[in-house]
Amino acid sequence: MESVISIKNLNKTYGTGLRALNNINLDIRRGEIFALLGPNGAGKTTLISVICGIVTPSGGTVLVDGHDILSDFRAARSKIGLVPQELANAPFESVLATLKFSRGLFGKPDNPAIIEKLLRDLSLWDKRHEKIMALSGGMKRRVLIAKALVHEPEILFLDEPTAGVDVELRHDMWDMVRDLRANGVTIILTTHYIDEAEEMADRIGVINNGEIGVVEDKTVLMNKLGKKQLTLTLQQPLSNIPNELTNYPLTLSADGNCLTYTFDVHQEHTGIPELLRKLGKHDIDFKDLHSSESSLEDIFVSLVKDKS
Amino acid sequence: MNLYGVRAIYLFEMARMWRTLMQSLASPILTTSLYFVVFGAAIGSRMGEIDGISYASFIVPGLLMLSLLGESISNASFGIYFPKFSGSIYELLSAPVSPIEIVVGYVGAAATKSVILGLLILATARLFVDYEIMHPVWMVTFLLLTATTFSLFGFVIGLWADDFQKLQIIPMMVIMPLTFLGGAFYSINMLPPFWQKVTLFNPVVYLVSGFRWSFYGVADVNVVVSVAMIFVFMLICLSAIWWIFKSGYRLKS
Ligand SMILES: Nc1ncnc2c1ncn2[C@@H]1O[C@H](COP(=O)(O)OP(=O)(O)OP(=O)(O)O)[C@@H](O)[C@H]1O
Ligand SMILES: [Mg+2]
Repeated sequence: MESVISIKNLNKTYGTGLRALNNINLDIRRGEIFALLGPNGAGKTTLISVICGIVTPSGGTVLVDGHDILSDFRAARSKIGLVPQELANAPFESVLATLKFSRGLFGKPDNPAIIEKLLRDLSLWDKRHEKIMALSGGMKRRVLIAKALVHEPEILFLDEPTAGVDVELRHDMWDMVRDLRANGVTIILTTHYIDEAEEMADRIGVINNGEIGVVEDKTVLMNKLGKKQLTLTLQQPLSNIPNELTNYPLTLSADGNCLTYTFDVHQEHTGIPELLRKLGKHDIDFKDLHSSESSLEDIFVSLVKDKS
Repeated sequence: MNLYGVRAIYLFEMARMWRTLMQSLASPILTTSLYFVVFGAAIGSRMGEIDGISYASFIVPGLLMLSLLGESISNASFGIYFPKFSGSIYELLSAPVSPIEIVVGYVGAAATKSVILGLLILATARLFVDYEIMHPVWMVTFLLLTATTFSLFGFVIGLWADDFQKLQIIPMMVIMPLTFLGGAFYSINMLPPFWQKVTLFNPVVYLVSGFRWSFYGVADVNVVVSVAMIFVFMLICLSAIWWIFKSGYRLKS
């Protein structure tokens, strides 16, 4: 698939000496929703800021639709819309005025129809004459989204778009992002809500300590790393796992009432029948059993743990 | 060239002025009016003529310059400092606008405000004193050049400042003394010879002198030197801005 953003050997060391990005290589495909996951301080915002021109890279190249972000910054930047992590807005301006400003800044003539549609889509039309400081936090975030979209960008960066946003608005945003993708917009988002990435993303990249770990299709990632667990609730508590069973990936709960068996979803032989037979041999009876699949959150946590 | 971008910045800044019209225009006009009343009418009536001009008329160009400098600096420095302060500067940095376009937009708007203010002060002065303008074209030229140059200077301060105090300190500690000692209220010929020499290091002297010449045809220093000095100062400011954008100093990490 054609890549719309191509990052090669990108480095960023801040003035403080902190290495926030360490040799990043990443391609974003045209039209996809890419979720960038990573703990606080991983370098997500730094990466986005470099691509958008807010932070100067220390080394490496970034091409946006074939345009270098430094030597051909006009072409590169005019394709990008950015919703920053922080609520950064001119407080004394009206919603309408800031949108007009944003559109002009990106080199587009005024277009009231586009602005009206955007404000209606984001339920801000009634607030268009209000000063931004008079809006609620969620509304301010929607203004930022409107500002990022008002120049009709081909690529949209959403840096934690749903932080501090209520459930309903969150779902509205997800719908909006899907609509945008349906219209061919490439979307890169960062989030701390794994369910958000699970729900939205086509591909997922994990960043930690300034390094890109895994980049994978969401489904592939979930399949590859997805583990299933079989939990058995025992009739009688067990003091320890019998010797013969210690080579199975079994864990016993502290009270000895639950035995958990972890297995790979994709192995042909799950080993369950064998395990159950052996349990029977040891007279371990159970009254209940259920299986569960690991979520992206578990995967993510295990990835971050592996790295550090 | 991103003309829509320049236009957007310019109009946005001008809109800010209309919204804060009272602070932007009323207070400098009031202050200068007070100067005219105190120095022009009250004290001036006891003073002799300077270079054949009545004292009240003599101080008109200097007072105008004083407001023009102060307003240019504060308009331009605040204009660019505030987005840095509120964080909305991210948009400017991520937009397809070049440093030159940013400067033209912000400094253009700040200079426009200052010129409008200058003309209003001139009209206000008419209520208190009689004055003539011998070289109107030069008068307007000086007005435009000074407004632009000191808006550039204000822009540098706004880029440099990282808190509100720094935003105030240069205008307070440097510009105020320089303007008061810049010959707005007196001719430098009235100073002892030694201080006359010292004064020549004060750039404001050249502005006031040149500006006064455009009114009454008398000057403390040669007009050509005045114009040259403005350009030198403008060049210094432009280089500073060029360096700041080039290095990302206090704008980008
Ligand atoms: N302007 C700066 N100067 C110096 N260090 C910085 C600067 N901005 C960020 N850092 C550091 O760079 C590292 C990466 O920060 P970044 O903001 O990119 O993380 P993040 O992944 O976006 O985190 P979060 O999830 O908290 O938003 C952090 O250690 C941070 O302290
Ligand atoms: Mg961040």
